[in-house]
Amino acid sequence: MLTKRIIPCLDIKDGRTVKGTNFVDLRDAGDPVELGRLYAEQGADELVFLDITATVEKRKTLSELVNRISHQINIPFTVGGGISSVEDVSLLLQNGADKISVNTAAFKRPALIAELAKQFGSQCVVLAIDTRLEEDGEWYVYLNGGRTKTDRRCIDWAEEAVALGAGEILLTSMNHDGTKQGFALDITGTLANRLPVPVIASGGGGTVEHFVDVFQKAQADAALAASIFHFKEVAIPDLKNSLAASGIPVRIG
Amino acid sequence: MEIAIVKYNAGNIQSVLYALERIGATATVTDDLDVLRKADKIIFPGVGEASTAMQYLRERKLDQLIKELQQPVLGICLGMQLMCTHSAENDTVCLGIFEEYVQSFHSLKAGLPEAEQHNYKIPQMGWNTITDLRTPLFEGVPENSYCYFVHGYYAAIGPDTIATTDYLKPYSSALHRNNFYGVQFHPEKSAGVGEQILKNFIEKI
Repeated sequence: MLTKRIIPCLDIKDGRTVKGTNFVDLRDAGDPVELGRLYAEQGADELVFLDITATVEKRKTLSELVNRISHQINIPFTVGGGISSVEDVSLLLQNGADKISVNTAAFKRPALIAELAKQFGSQCVVLAIDTRLEEDGEWYVYLNGGRTKTDRRCIDWAEEAVALGAGEILLTSMNHDGTKQGFALDITGTLANRLPVPVIASGGGGTVEHFVDVFQKAQADAALAASIFHFKEVAIPDLKNSLAASGIPVRIG
Repeated sequence: MEIAIVKYNAGNIQSVLYALERIGATATVTDDLDVLRKADKIIFPGVGEASTAMQYLRERKLDQLIKELQQPVLGICLGMQLMCTHSAENDTVCLGIFEEYVQSFHSLKAGLPEAEQHNYKIPQMGWNTITDLRTPLFEGVPENSYCYFVHGYYAAIGPDTIATTDYLKPYSSALHRNNFYGVQFHPEKSAGVGEQILKNFIEKI
């Protein structure tokens, strides 16, 4: 049976992992390659490396890091942050990334998704969406790491992106990110049930029960978290054993 | 030992090279027909679309070469599918090494009751079990081990099946005929289990 995936996310700045609370206040949590390898040994199903300071000048540094990661880590990993062209993606894939995630650049120029899917296949194109529930009861897309609001509804953008060739959606609820109060079950469930591609839930996972809920109540295909793993508040082996005990298919051993 | 990885227009070939390095093996990535012919072992990887990949192989005469190889060959993912007889992906005639046919998960999903369809995303992406393991390729690999899969098409069960996985229905997650082996999953991304399978291909076959 296909299992639900647990994905630690490593935010990268200047070659080190960091994790913000609601996208600000960064804290240092170690070397990305070492930490990634540790997570792989503990049973993480995939890893996400998000370069939060990615700029054109930093591109080479990022591809070198990706190369180190792919030499040393034996599970799939996604790289994101500031990716805006076929050339960016080509460099990262050549250095061993399995998938790349796009966010702001794809929203500004949706044809990028189609170009990437055509060139490299949908299976390696992850669309990351940062979304916030507004007072009108709708979830809207935010850009630039959550700093810029748009008028586009999350579900509309997700459906358009999948039609263009996005192979997976990484959905972060800004209302929940950093709170450790649980994932956004409603919007995650809406996307997971409406879209034909896998949905990775992100933002708010703080306890084992939160992960049980996002898989059982929101039908997420995968769940992503960062600081609770980095600061050992939830250990991946314990998490997976608890999920299995709740009847959720997970990879153990 | 000379291990050659077939270089063509499909997918993440570096990952296979790095995985071999992690288990202490070295390999050459090449589309040079002579180098491939002389190698002791061949790995035929690939992620991508079947008809484009077959066209590329034919243009470079790699299709004929692969069929005639006498040394052990391991196809991975699309590589395995291209070694089958035919793929439903753009109605593509493949290499015909394995007699199995490659079919689409979409047609299986369409046959499900609507309420169950959302349980199956296509491509299948993630970790699933491999069972009914045969041949030395799986020596030391326990039944129901998890491997990492990413694919929208599958090879049906047939006489060449040496491992089975269930997604929408049971299908071939590995095939074997004579000196040819193929795996649908990505051993280079399947943690310790995948490394064992690559090691077996190098040491036991």
